[in-house]
Amino acid sequence: MIRAVIAVFFAALAVPAQAIDIQEVTSPGGIKAWLVQDDTIPFVAVEFDFRGGASLDQPEKRGAINLMTATLEEGAGSRDSVAFAQAVEALGARFSFDVGDDTLSVGVRALSENRDEAAALLAEALTQPRFDDAAVERVRAQVQSIIRSEATDPQSIAAREMARQAWGDHPYATSINGTAESVSALTRQDLVAAKNRVLARDRVVVGAAGDITPEELGLLLDQVLGGLPERGTAPLPEPADLQLTGGVTVIDWDSPQTVVSFAGPGLAIDDPDYFAAYVANHILGGGGFSSRLMEEIREKRGLTYGVGTGLATGVYGQTWQGGMSGSNATTGQAVELIRAEWDRLAQGVTDRELNDAKTYLTGEYPLRFDGNGKIAGILAGMQVIGFPIDYVNTRNAKVEAVTADDVKRVAAKLLRSDGLRFVLVGRPEGVTATDSQPTN
Amino acid sequence: MPRPTLPALLALTLGAAPALAQMPDGITSFTLPNGLETVVIEDHRAPVVVQMVWYRNGSADEPPGKSGIAHYLEHLMFKGTDTLEPGELSKTVTANGGMDNAFTSSDYTAYFQRIASDRLPLVMEMEADRMANLRIGEDDWQAERQVVLEERAQRVDSDPGALFSEERNATLFYNHPYGRPVIGWRAEMEGLTRDDALAWYDDHYSPNEAILILAGDVTPERARELAERYYGPIPAKGEAAPRVRPQEPTQRAPRRMQMTDPRVPQPVMTRSYVAPERDPGDQTDAAALTVLAELLGGSMQTSVLGRELAMKGKALWVNAGYDGLSVDPTSFAVSLVPADGIAPDEAEAELDKVLAAFLETGPDQADLDRVKTRIEAARVYTLDSAHGRAYDYGQGLATGLSVQDVNDWPDILAAVTVEDVARAARQVLGGKASVTGWLLPPPAEDPAETPPPAMPAAAPGGAAPAPTDTPAAEVQG
Repeated sequence: MIRAVIAVFFAALAVPAQAIDIQEVTSPGGIKAWLVQDDTIPFVAVEFDFRGGASLDQPEKRGAINLMTATLEEGAGSRDSVAFAQAVEALGARFSFDVGDDTLSVGVRALSENRDEAAALLAEALTQPRFDDAAVERVRAQVQSIIRSEATDPQSIAAREMARQAWGDHPYATSINGTAESVSALTRQDLVAAKNRVLARDRVVVGAAGDITPEELGLLLDQVLGGLPERGTAPLPEPADLQLTGGVTVIDWDSPQTVVSFAGPGLAIDDPDYFAAYVANHILGGGGFSSRLMEEIREKRGLTYGVGTGLATGVYGQTWQGGMSGSNATTGQAVELIRAEWDRLAQGVTDRELNDAKTYLTGEYPLRFDGNGKIAGILAGMQVIGFPIDYVNTRNAKVEAVTADDVKRVAAKLLRSDGLRFVLVGRPEGVTATDSQPTN
Repeated sequence: MPRPTLPALLALTLGAAPALAQMPDGITSFTLPNGLETVVIEDHRAPVVVQMVWYRNGSADEPPGKSGIAHYLEHLMFKGTDTLEPGELSKTVTANGGMDNAFTSSDYTAYFQRIASDRLPLVMEMEADRMANLRIGEDDWQAERQVVLEERAQRVDSDPGALFSEERNATLFYNHPYGRPVIGWRAEMEGLTRDDALAWYDDHYSPNEAILILAGDVTPERARELAERYYGPIPAKGEAAPRVRPQEPTQRAPRRMQMTDPRVPQPVMTRSYVAPERDPGDQTDAAALTVLAELLGGSMQTSVLGRELAMKGKALWVNAGYDGLSVDPTSFAVSLVPADGIAPDEAEAELDKVLAAFLETGPDQADLDRVKTRIEAARVYTLDSAHGRAYDYGQGLATGLSVQDVNDWPDILAAVTVEDVARAARQVLGGKASVTGWLLPPPAEDPAETPPPAMPAAAPGGAAPAPTDTPAAEVQG
C-alpha cells in the first residue's frame, strides 16, 4: 500500500550526550546494529535503513524501487495481501516501508509479548514478498494517482523544477515515483530486480530502541535480515554534481499565491565548515520565529505565513535551500528581501545572534530523543550519514566551537545571491524570469 | 496505562463510573484556587518537558461577523506583555533550546512549549505573564492581520480541497457555528481590529477558563509548586460562562454538492454525517463510532470499505474518520477516490451498497477482534510520547470532559461490542443529517487523448521546513 508522503530530510541529525547510552550489537550472523536499551515500556522499535534508496533505480526503470517498496507489505510467503495485513494486526505490530532518495527504510514496532512472531512476519515481507499481480496493479494505480496529484500541486511543481535544474543526469533530478510512462511499463520481474538492487545485507544499517536485550536483538537481526542476499546487485550511487545556476524561473500557475522556492550550493556533512553553516542557517532562516528572514518577511511586513531555510544534506549531493508562499502582488518584494538577507549574512552576525543560535542548537538536541520510535530512527540515520557511535558526545562541542568569523567565512563562500536560483510557481508580480519558461 | 481490572469492567458494563477510580500510572491532577485545572503526565526517560495551556474558547464561541477572531488573537498572543517585547517569548524559548507554537480549533485555543526540563520555570513564567498582561502594539496588529490573511491564502484559498471542505462543513452545520471556518471567512477577517482582539482576550483569557498540562520530566510536587508560583497569583475574571451555542435542528434532507476546479487531479468524494461527541460520563456511543471508523476505513486491506472497494478495484483509496473530542455534536466522514475507469456515480453506488449491507448485517466479530487488538497495542505505543498524551488530556478537558473521562477512555473503547457498533452505525449512517460532496476535475475533452502529466520530483532535502507542526483540522500560528 502507498501512503502519500513528502520526505523531508534535513541533516539536522544530532545527538544528545550523557542521557543516551548507545551500544553496538553484533548478531551471531555478523550483522551490526546500534541499540538504546530501555525496558520502561514493553515494546521495541527497530529501523532498518538500506543505503542507496530509490537512487538505485535503473534509469529506464525509474519508479521501480518505489513501487517495489510499496508492495512489500502486500503479501509474503503463504499469505496474500489480506492475510498478511490480518496477521500483522493480530499481533498489534506496526510495520512501515518507505523509500527516499538516499535510503529505503523499514520500521517495526512490536510488543514484547509477541516480538518473535512480528519479526518472523517482517522477515517474510523482506525475503519472500509475493508481488501478486492484483496487488501490484492496485498499488501501481495508487502511484499513478500520486503522480497526477503532484502534477497539480504547486509545491511539487516547484520542487520538481528545482531538482531538474540542480542534478543533471543523477537520479536526484527526477522523482522517485517515476513517470506515468515508466510506472505503467514496470513488470513483476522489474520489481524483483529492484528488490535485489537495494535490499541486501551489504547496505543495511539498523537502529533499535526499547525493551530488548543485545542478545535478543542479535537473534532478531539474523531472523529478519539473514535471508537477504549478502550483496545488492547495484553499486551504491555516485555523488551528484550540482548544476544549479543563479536566476529566476517562473512557472505559470493560476492561484492567489506564488510558491517561492530557492536554492544554492550546500556542503557535505563531513565538510570542516558544516557546523559553521549549520549555525549560519539557523540565524538566516532555520530558526523559526527567530530567524532574520522570518523577521523581515513575516514579522515586519506580513508578506507570508512562514519562510524557512535548511541545509539539504543528501548523502550524494547537497544544497542550501528554502521556501515560502505569499501573495502574487508582493512576490517581487519578497524575492528582493530574500536576496538581500542571503547576501547580508556575509557581513557577519552579532554576538547575540551567535549565542542564541548556539544555545538553541545545543539545547534542542536532547529533546529529540524522547521516545523509542524517535531514537531508533535517529540511530539508523546517524549510520547512514556515517557518524561515529561517539558522535553523541562530541556534537555539541562542535556547535560551541563555531565563531562569528566561521559563520562569516562560510556565508561569504556559499551565500551569494547571484548564485541563488528561484523557482516561482504562480503569477508573481514585480519579478521577471531570467530564462524561458520550462514546459510544465 | 494499567489493564482494566475486572471490577472496573463490570462497573462499566453496568453503566456506573467507578466511584473511587485510580489514576493511571504517572498521571496526576489538581486545581488551583483560581480555577486553573492542571494535569501532570510523568515520563522521566529524557530530560524534556512540554507545557501546554489550553483555553476553553475557539471559533465556535465567536460572535457573528467576527469569524477568525479566536485564531487572530492566538497570533497576537506572541506580541508581548508589560515585560515582554513583541516576539520575545518565542525568541527566548528558542534561545534556550526549545520550540513553541500555538493552535486554534472550533472548541479551544492552545499554546505550548517543548524545552529542556530545567527551563520549565522560565516558560511557565512567560506563559502565565501573557495569560494576564497581554499588550498589542499599534504597529503589530495590522502586520499580523496580513499574516493571518496570507495563512488563509496558503492553507485554504490555494487549495481546492480545502476550499471545498470549508463549503461542505458550512452545509453540514447550517445553524451551529461549527459551520464557520476556524481561520475565518476572508471578508470578515479583513475587518478584524485590535479592539476586537482585546475584547476577545478580556472575555476569554482567565485561569478558570484554562487548563495547564505539564508532560515529561517533571514530578507532581514540582509541577504544583511552579503552578502555584506562576499561575496562582492570577485572579479569575468572574465565573466561567457556560458554552451555549446555537445547535443544529433535526436535519431532514441529506444534501449533495459538487465543485469543479482545474487544479483537482481526480474525483474525490466525502460524505459527512452529524454525529454525537464524547460527553462527560457518557462516552459509549463515541467509543462505538471510533471503533466503527476503524472497522470501515482503518486499513486498505482489512477494513470493510478497503476489502469491498479498494481490494475489488472500485476505489484507489478509502477512508473513514471520526474524532469525538468536541463540545457539541461533531461529524463522521467516509471518503473515497474512485479507481481508474470507475465513474463517480458508479463508485458512490458501490459505496452505498457496502454501507447498506453493513447496516443490515452489522460488524463481523473477527473484524472487531482485530481492531480491538490494535487498540490494545496502541495503549502501549501511546506511552512512548508524553507530548502525544498531553494532547489527549488537553483536548479532552478543553471540550468538557473530566480527567476521569480521559482516563476511562481506553477501557471504554476496549469494551465496545458488536451491538454497540451496529447501533451507532444505524443512528449515524442511517440518518438524514449528511452531506455528500464530490470534488471534480474539469471534464476531459477526450480522456483517451489526454497525455499523462509530467512528473514532479522532490529535491533531496524536500521543501523548506514549515514553521509549525499542525494537528489536522486546526489552524496553527
